[in-house]
Amino acid sequence: MSRHRGRGMASINYPIGMNLGGDPSQALVHSNPSGKFTVALSSIDLGQGMKQVTRQICAETLGIPIEDVFVDTADSDTGPHCMGSFASRGTHRAGNAVLAAAREARGVLLEAAAEELEVDPGDLETDGRGTIRVRGAPGKSITVKEAAQAGQFKQGRTIAGRGIFLVPLSPVDPETGEMSPATCYAHAAMVAEVEVDDETGVVTVVRLDSAYELGRALNPRMVEQQLVGGAWMGVSHALYETPEPYYPDPKAGGRDFVEYLMPGPGDIAPHDIAVLERPAPDGPYGGKGPGEMCANPVIPAVANAIFDAVGVRMDTLPITPEKVLRALKAQGGARPQHRAGR
Amino acid sequence: MKTPVQFRLNDQPVAVFVDGGDNLLTALRDGVGDVTPKFGCGQGACGACTVIVEGEPRLACITLAEACEGARVETLAGLRRGPDLHPLQSAFMEHFAAQCGFCTPGMIMAAKALLDRNPRPSREEVVEAIAGNICRCTGYEPIIEAILAAAASARRY
Amino acid sequence: MLEFRKDYFADERRDDLDVIGKGVQRQDMLGHVTGTTTFFDDHKMAGMGHLKVLRSPHHHARIRHIDVSQAERSPGVRRVIRGADVPRNLNTLLGLIGFGKDDEPSLATTKVRYRGEPIVAVVADSERLAHEALARVRVDYDPLPAVFDVEEALKPGAPTVNDVYPGNAFEYHDRFDHQRVRFGDVEAGFRSADHVLEQRYQMSPIEQAPTETNGSIAAPETNGRFVVYTPTQGLFFSLDTCAKILDVESNALHFVGGTAGGGFGGKVDSLTEPLAILGAMLTGRPVRYVLGREEEMQFGGPRSGERIVIKDGLMRDGRIVARKVTVWFDSGAYTRLTSYGAVKCAAHVPGPYTIPAVHGDFYCVFTNRTPATAMRGFGVTGVDFALECQMDKLAALAGMDPMEFRILNAYRDGDMKAHRREAKNTALVECVQVAAEKARWPIREEFRRASSRTGGGGERARIPPTPKDTSPPKRTAGGSTYTPSVAPPPASSWDRPAASPPATPFQERFAMPPPPPAPMPRPASSQPPAPPPPEPADRREPPPPAAPGPGTTRFSSVFGTRRR
Repeated sequence: MSRHRGRGMASINYPIGMNLGGDPSQALVHSNPSGKFTVALSSIDLGQGMKQVTRQICAETLGIPIEDVFVDTADSDTGPHCMGSFASRGTHRAGNAVLAAAREARGVLLEAAAEELEVDPGDLETDGRGTIRVRGAPGKSITVKEAAQAGQFKQGRTIAGRGIFLVPLSPVDPETGEMSPATCYAHAAMVAEVEVDDETGVVTVVRLDSAYELGRALNPRMVEQQLVGGAWMGVSHALYETPEPYYPDPKAGGRDFVEYLMPGPGDIAPHDIAVLERPAPDGPYGGKGPGEMCANPVIPAVANAIFDAVGVRMDTLPITPEKVLRALKAQGGARPQHRAGR
Repeated sequence: MKTPVQFRLNDQPVAVFVDGGDNLLTALRDGVGDVTPKFGCGQGACGACTVIVEGEPRLACITLAEACEGARVETLAGLRRGPDLHPLQSAFMEHFAAQCGFCTPGMIMAAKALLDRNPRPSREEVVEAIAGNICRCTGYEPIIEAILAAAASARRY
Repeated sequence: MLEFRKDYFADERRDDLDVIGKGVQRQDMLGHVTGTTTFFDDHKMAGMGHLKVLRSPHHHARIRHIDVSQAERSPGVRRVIRGADVPRNLNTLLGLIGFGKDDEPSLATTKVRYRGEPIVAVVADSERLAHEALARVRVDYDPLPAVFDVEEALKPGAPTVNDVYPGNAFEYHDRFDHQRVRFGDVEAGFRSADHVLEQRYQMSPIEQAPTETNGSIAAPETNGRFVVYTPTQGLFFSLDTCAKILDVESNALHFVGGTAGGGFGGKVDSLTEPLAILGAMLTGRPVRYVLGREEEMQFGGPRSGERIVIKDGLMRDGRIVARKVTVWFDSGAYTRLTSYGAVKCAAHVPGPYTIPAVHGDFYCVFTNRTPATAMRGFGVTGVDFALECQMDKLAALAGMDPMEFRILNAYRDGDMKAHRREAKNTALVECVQVAAEKARWPIREEFRRASSRTGGGGERARIPPTPKDTSPPKRTAGGSTYTPSVAPPPASSWDRPAASPPATPFQERFAMPPPPPAPMPRPASSQPPAPPPPEPADRREPPPPAAPGPGTTRFSSVFGTRRR
């Protein structure tokens, strides 16, 4: 009767956006007379950070400070159509729509500025701090606010832009499955270290080491949020969760958070993460989307680590203490493998 | 038959009519209009409705409204003093300790109840204090770090 | 905790942007920590009615009679709603994109097909009064045999779960009870392999469990419109679903949302919006319909249980030469989104590896349980669990380190994938290398030197000759099927199949000395698959509905046009 340690790994990829495409998103970007911009969307922020990631894309594209942009989600009367927030499509699809809308708005802003400065719009650049300058002519500049005011009150321009992003719908060949499911993929590899108690069957995740490639990390702090929280969910899926613990027998389903188990704040393992960024050629500033895939590699990595620790293959989720004990009993006890990474 | 209940909510006297058996969560959200405590389960098992009653963390969804007659009740709505954030609020921001934000009001109130009685908690004590609060987004680590950082900050309320 | 490996792919990236790549504060964070973020249920309105539904206690039963007379006289009841009150009481979510047949009622009328299926809704002055009224509804049932196992459900003689799909399987392409992937010759691959390993895996159903449950508030607005506060994950998707079920124009509805207390896929199905709006229409009041936690856990659609069988052919040197995958998705009683998830799974197989022969069958199966739906990693999480456990077993079989085994088989830029598109922008090799480094897991020099950007393409870009599958296209016993009405788009730059193969042998991609070549699978025929033979006339199903004529389509704010 003892505790056994083991390590396991898994590597995965994940498609970005709705499978087969055909899932457009639109954005409207417009300025008030002070050069403060609003992004109107019907995309949903469910915590993943839709508002902030599109806000950064808009500010970067317009070349203005982040404080001068706010994103409004979501009102079907004011926000143009979006398929929704699922299938890791938010950053890629809505982000591209905002990029297009902000580009168009920037074009008008620079035209307004050019008219005031009596130069060609092509000679203008933004400094990201609220000023539009003439390239190579220091001192010749106008603020975004002044340009927006002039555009709206003197020149009669709408400092605004529209954007849509659509990956056209792919057909699927019935016989071969030939199809165009996605335009880019995120990647990950995960190492889980577990401790298995062969008396109780309890599996404890001791540590996680991972590498995630998710295109350009548009906001590293929000990427960290997704990866840390997503890996927690992966551990939860691997070891704890199901509304049907005896599936496919439908008996004994959890009705509350006392019966439906998830790891609590005392059950979390240190997680050391490396982020790689291979920009997606068609992503907004190369962004892909880390939201969904981050839980996926954890589950098999934990299962493989259990095998390394005690020599049983756990092929049915969730890997509860009961299942581990039954497997150990069938095997005649723990048989540590200690083969992973040594 | 409605029953009047009076209590002090975030240092303000309030009065509300409740049905017999109504819980404090309903009284706060529907009666007073303080919607910062959230309905996450109604079973006392998720912590999204955590408020502080007489200095103790309570699950408003399983606390009888009538039992709060004359009590001091604190919610997230009363945590901020004017424009200044409570150290817990600042720390949650700095540590990116919220994603969807739905568990945040209960989480911060559970943490406040801890810091009010134990200004320098250990990590284990923080974990214990929020063990009844479910967060589905963050994996808890940023929340634990935020609470420890708030405790460590010199700023006191 | 988190480090950026800027040394990887630095030549493909600009790291000098102003705000992109910066960890600036979230726009919504101050609202979250001060409690000023507004969720759907934070909208309070005077005179609000509360809607609750009566749910089936049976997994499968015929409804003989529903008596709501006592419930209608119950205190505080404003309206009892039955299936007959729902303008179009049959829907399938992906019907908006012409995928699948309407198969799910908003309120059951003649049959219940899962425990928890809604039958009667009550709008009352409080949730408690609504519950009290529901306790006074009398329903007579004839319980029917139920089926809970996906493979049992597909056997002849199994109870029919969903009358729209009598064979208990979603129908693909008008003629298959599954989605196929056929790439190369797996049987030849198994014959040539040194090891063949076949294993079964079971992904459990999982509840999305957002801390905010599903719900919505609908209220009459000006001009005969209705405003709906909702946490839906697809604002227009939900709006158009409601417009269809309620048979109103899409501009009769004004949806306000965009801020949800978590979703994870559990807020895509419009579980509450149609009945909340109908309640508001029938009572003229604001109506709030919020799921309790038990309802959310047991009757909000979970991630589906997936049964997965993987059979691999493995060479002694560690190369996988054939992979056959069969996946049964447990859709529960209705389709919801599982038909889509199964195709996404088909696109994902065989995982991020280059394997010259891949065969996949993907079933969306109906059983008498809560309809499954999307969840984080939809269509992929379950099969990834199976594939990566299988990879660990294969590495052991080949006597290889699991990391090195992944790198050996990893897909690389220019490789042909089983869905016949070229891999680009890949980074699996690098992820494995960095994870090994972080975990201090030693791998050999040649694997540390490998790259996703080299070694791919060539022979690996070839679409292998694929024998025609002669197994008869099994049809479900059901009627006609809709097929996507959208014309195939022109191939764009990223989805064009690769040109014919340059001649680099499959095994020459590694820095290490090439192992003895495995015979490339020789197909029976390299002709493109012929269309399936027509069925005899007497077995043919009724023709699908005629193409919509003028007046039968109308504008949809989601998808342009849709069938009526």
